[in-house]
Amino acid sequence: MKNAIDTYFKPVRESYKTRVSRLGKAGIFVAFIVICVILSLVTPRFLTVPNLMIIVTQVSINALLAFGVTFVIITGGIDLSLGSMVAVTGVVAALFARQDTYPVIVPVLAGLLSGVLFGAFNGFVITRSKVPPFIVTLGTMTIGRGLALILSKGRPISNLSDSFNFIGGGQVLGVPMPIIILISMFAVCSVILKKTVLGRYMYAVGGNEQATRASGIQISNIKMAVYTMSGLLAALAGIVLTSRITTGQPNAGAGFELDAIAAAIIGGTSTSGGTGTMTGTLIGALLIGVISNGLDLLNVSSYYQQVVMGVIIIGAVVLDSVNRK
Amino acid sequence: MLSDRDYLLTIRGLTKTFSGVKALDNVELTVREGEVHALMGENGAGKSTLMKILMGLLSPDSGEITLEGQALKNGSVNEAMKRGIAMIHQEIMAVPELTVAQNIFLGRETTGGLFGWLNDNRLNQQAKQLLDQIGVSIRPDTQMKYLSVAEMQMVEIARAISNDARVIIMDEPTSALSDKEVTTLFGIIRDLKQKGVAIIYISHKMDEIFTIADTITVLRDGQYIGTRPAAKLDIDTLIAMMVGRQLDSLFPESTIRTGKEVLAVRQLSRAGVFSDVSFTVHEGEVLGIAGLMGAGRTEIARAIFGLDRISSGEIRIKGQPVTIRSPQDAIQHGIGYVSEDRKGWGFVPRLSVKQNITLASLQTYASGLLIREKSETEAATKLIADLRIKTAGPDQEVMYLSGGNQQKVVIAKVLLASPDVIILDEPTRGIDIGAKAEIYKLINQLKANGIAIVIISSELPEILGLSDRILVLTKGKQTAMLSREEATQETIMAYAMHY
Repeated sequence: MKNAIDTYFKPVRESYKTRVSRLGKAGIFVAFIVICVILSLVTPRFLTVPNLMIIVTQVSINALLAFGVTFVIITGGIDLSLGSMVAVTGVVAALFARQDTYPVIVPVLAGLLSGVLFGAFNGFVITRSKVPPFIVTLGTMTIGRGLALILSKGRPISNLSDSFNFIGGGQVLGVPMPIIILISMFAVCSVILKKTVLGRYMYAVGGNEQATRASGIQISNIKMAVYTMSGLLAALAGIVLTSRITTGQPNAGAGFELDAIAAAIIGGTSTSGGTGTMTGTLIGALLIGVISNGLDLLNVSSYYQQVVMGVIIIGAVVLDSVNRK
Repeated sequence: MLSDRDYLLTIRGLTKTFSGVKALDNVELTVREGEVHALMGENGAGKSTLMKILMGLLSPDSGEITLEGQALKNGSVNEAMKRGIAMIHQEIMAVPELTVAQNIFLGRETTGGLFGWLNDNRLNQQAKQLLDQIGVSIRPDTQMKYLSVAEMQMVEIARAISNDARVIIMDEPTSALSDKEVTTLFGIIRDLKQKGVAIIYISHKMDEIFTIADTITVLRDGQYIGTRPAAKLDIDTLIAMMVGRQLDSLFPESTIRTGKEVLAVRQLSRAGVFSDVSFTVHEGEVLGIAGLMGAGRTEIARAIFGLDRISSGEIRIKGQPVTIRSPQDAIQHGIGYVSEDRKGWGFVPRLSVKQNITLASLQTYASGLLIREKSETEAATKLIADLRIKTAGPDQEVMYLSGGNQQKVVIAKVLLASPDVIILDEPTRGIDIGAKAEIYKLINQLKANGIAIVIISSELPEILGLSDRILVLTKGKQTAMLSREEATQETIMAYAMHY
């Protein structure tokens, strides 16, 4: 009896696990810095303002998608339809963005609305059926690709207005627009995740859906919200991409979902749900961008780049699973 | 007097401690060849720990097990299986997509030919022989998932026999069986006895025990109480052996000063689970719900809290009939629920203590969409202090707390939503005695503050120590509503077994 009470009143120390897990979270950041330092030492062209601008601009589309999928993965879901949503929303925006038709706000809103509807459809099917998100979004991935081809009649939509093309190609005070969009979305998504009731509920749903339900929270609302936000961010990515390549491409974005999921996972978002941060995802996306840029500068063939990327993804997940034990 | 040599299985001086708490203390069990030996005790008496040790799933701190005169290596599942100890689990462990034959021989498939091909035909034949031996007609090539629970159990028994089992442990084997299936099972058990197999039989059902058992061993609070021939024992003596413990000072004195009716349940039914349950709870009153496992206690709580649907009946809060379709509705109507399944339904392990505490009332600590972190932290910190939750701080993740403190976090969460009635389902399950005492104290505090409390517990002393009135359930029906004066462990057990 005395023994039991002693055990009970033993003060709680920070456990070994907490410490390892904290190290794991810092680990990705440290890895990112180390890689940047190495690259700037081996290739002088790496650490130059123009090159860094290029990296971040290139990263922006993947990062936008990764922010959306981070919300989804934190709730324990997955969204494989990201790439197709990029294509659909890009095509929709392009249809309204042709030279001398509508003011730029129209294609932007049309694109975003199509993304919201697409995402909401994902959320609706997932919450109303018992079909796992993996399967649902695998289906909508194909549906989306088909829609993009139907809407564009299978042909690229070009001759877009200059004001639309400014979104992906323009600069404000020397900063490329995609970077401005990236930074503002990062800020918005971070606040949603960290500071809002919705963000808290996302972690709760992913961490223990039953306990969240028993706390009086409507699970399906949270899931609807995250898939819709994923659609909205994918639409933003679709608009930026379409504007950057000045063409609505029905075949754009194929495979983008995998890079986005990779960025989230490298950034410490656990695929079993309940953990993840926007900062981690941003670093994950930047890491992918920096590595492929650095390997480009070093003239490493893109074949090898893919192998390297794969190793990094697995490494990040191994780190995560060690943390969880 | 028999010597150890006359026994098939002897367990002597077995002790097992979990983090300072003795789950088994110098326990013994002696089983003869071809006998059905009932192992009796309340929930938490140590029966499953003992069986887990026998199966090699746990290592004892001390004590020895001898099978057929030879010592059994402790803590080895392999050794236990090889030496012929088999267990028929409460929940059937089988691979549903595989056939009956494939399940029986899983891990011991006979192979043939140069490449070690599997031969399903031969497997089926062997399985058929086994099934014939115990007199059941199940096609060996049926997929397991198409069988009834009873049939699955027969397959498990066949699997045990094919392993040349000497001792078969059956843990609540009849809990999911119809009367007819029970008769079949008892037939098989008698056959097994003839073949010299010993059965260790765990059940709460008295009538079954006296029908099938030859010998009865009783455990209580991890202590060995005694072993008697079933024929020389009557139900009252057996119950007295099982519960004969004094209520200790764990339960603080509390005065009954009940106020207005808070929760009233009328003729509440959920088809096939429970029916016609009616009770009321008043301000400052504790209503205990007692019953055996599977009596429908948790199911009633879940239904009131909106986790499961009711098929008929009425729930009234402060006299007003209410419709509860979800936990949201329940919380809005001032009902709080602390689940028996803390890990499954209680807390989110990776959220912090603070975040868990405010989870059910986060809207109160937000302006619009944004969480007001300062007031959130204040609210959580106050509850951490009030409930004496041992944590490194409000931001510690709940997964790193002890079971007792995790439970307090769940209770804090429910309390923060300021309920008028709280349903506590097995509030002290799996937590140590220090934390238990604190939770009892807390319950009495809540009572003093005029909150209505419903407490569900398998531990009779807990029910008796805390409740003002006690509702007893058997198989989804209420069999008694006892006042504090009427209630004793014996009367409750009697109504719970409904004999």
